[in-house]
Amino acid sequence: MEKDKLIIEPSPHIKSGATTQKIMLMVIIALCPALVASVVIFGLRALIMTVLCCTCCVLFEWLSRKIMKRENTISDLSAIVTGMLLSFNLPVTLPFYMAVIGCFVAIVIVKQFFGGIGQNFANPAITARIVLMLSFTSYMTSWAEPFYYNSPGEIITTSTPLAGGEASLMDMFLGNTGGCLGETCALALIIGGVFLIVTKIISPATPLCFIGTVFVLALAGSGDITQATAAILSGGVMLGAFFMATDYATTPLTLPGKIIFGIGCGLITMLIRSFGTMPEGVSYSILLMNILTPIIDRFTVPKAFGEAKKRRARDDK
Amino acid sequence: MSYMKEFTKGLIKENPNMVMLLGMCPTLAVTTMAVNGLGMGLSTTFVLVCSNIVISLLKKVIPSTVRLPCYIVVIAGFVTFVSLMLQAFIPVLYSSLGMFLSLITVNCIILGRAEMFASKNKVLPSALDGLGMGLGFTLTLVIVGSLREIFGAGQWFGITIMPEVIEPMTLFILPAGGFFVLGVVIAVVNRIMKKKPREISCQNCPNAQSCFSGEGCKVNKENGGNA
Repeated sequence: MEKDKLIIEPSPHIKSGATTQKIMLMVIIALCPALVASVVIFGLRALIMTVLCCTCCVLFEWLSRKIMKRENTISDLSAIVTGMLLSFNLPVTLPFYMAVIGCFVAIVIVKQFFGGIGQNFANPAITARIVLMLSFTSYMTSWAEPFYYNSPGEIITTSTPLAGGEASLMDMFLGNTGGCLGETCALALIIGGVFLIVTKIISPATPLCFIGTVFVLALAGSGDITQATAAILSGGVMLGAFFMATDYATTPLTLPGKIIFGIGCGLITMLIRSFGTMPEGVSYSILLMNILTPIIDRFTVPKAFGEAKKRRARDDK
Repeated sequence: MSYMKEFTKGLIKENPNMVMLLGMCPTLAVTTMAVNGLGMGLSTTFVLVCSNIVISLLKKVIPSTVRLPCYIVVIAGFVTFVSLMLQAFIPVLYSSLGMFLSLITVNCIILGRAEMFASKNKVLPSALDGLGMGLGFTLTLVIVGSLREIFGAGQWFGITIMPEVIEPMTLFILPAGGFFVLGVVIAVVNRIMKKKPREISCQNCPNAQSCFSGEGCKVNKENGGNA
């Protein structure tokens, strides 16, 4: 009788109007400066690679949801974000079919096998990059020289600043070095990251702790401020800190958790760079911290409003 | 007829790897190549059949309080025999299987069949059970090994079958690929074996009182009836 008129719904009653689609759109906008930079630095193939990755990710997402007979989620744009992030983590010279395998790993294996958006325990783009890195090591570590498309003939390969390549701080800041598509230009990534922080899409805690830890450890190791700055400008630190370590589904929820996550990422990155056999460790550090996220969340449960401090047993006596 | 059943149940229906999830360690470790999987599987099958026969024969003699050490002694005897034979006649396989050959002793499939089947049944069913289980194990190892070898090295039993243009994915040879392939194989087998998930009616549902959805239970259907 009256039941139909009464609106019964659980809290929260005040909503911000943020939807997954809007948030993902903001992330795509934030990634655009880096996309422009990568096209300027590495030429048209960078754009083709990004478009290919986005298309494949959306296609795989659509197909797998269709085959699993579940509600289709391609309209939330998360597959496009995954595609962009994955392509930013690939060298420009990578054969296209390998990029398609990467998209398959990211969307089908890492994301949809675990139940789709919000259910995946690891960052899809990072995991896909690691799978490609382990599978096609030589292709994934041959870096094209910046602006190679201006010079005729063969593609000249170069080494990244981390693997002994020469680059000035300004070159690293503007992205005039060898490296993956989207990771070289620190300036564009910082613009995107600041945009996300200002629009409150991401919390500044994780990126600051991540970059800060890398800086402090590099400073402590070398004692040289130039080298410490080079450490945060080189490799995937900026891309990882702003766009990968802030993924909602795979990182801690609370502020203390985010700080622990950021510091952990920085620590593992520097450990791999200094003592590991690989020149770069950002992707492994984020994947390892992704796995630790449930444990971090368990230890940083916020106190409920009004909850009393737990007394010790002997106080009750 | 029932003897036939003892033999065939191990192949798919109660497959030690894919259904009972026993013996995961050799399944992951030695299956980087199909031929290694085949060698490991056949060695284990031999040990399994022999130990099942002997334990079935001795089931009245072995006191139940010390049965596990007795089983292990019997199994270890056959494992030593197999590894010496392989070392003498197929040294290539012997060196590629390495210490996993001696570890057949503690393979839980063999101890499991001894404990669950051979110690309670007559000799002939025990032998058939061992043979079926062993061949089921071999089947899994060859499937996993073949997939890993084809995708990871572009070869099958050492013969190159992938065209040169396609770069093999080294990941499949690495341990991570082993876990992945095994998981997918288990998932596929379960999908083929399982009938439709059992639907729980609202009468038996513990949440029935606090649940207002009139038409059946959505949660249970989505989770395959395990909710």
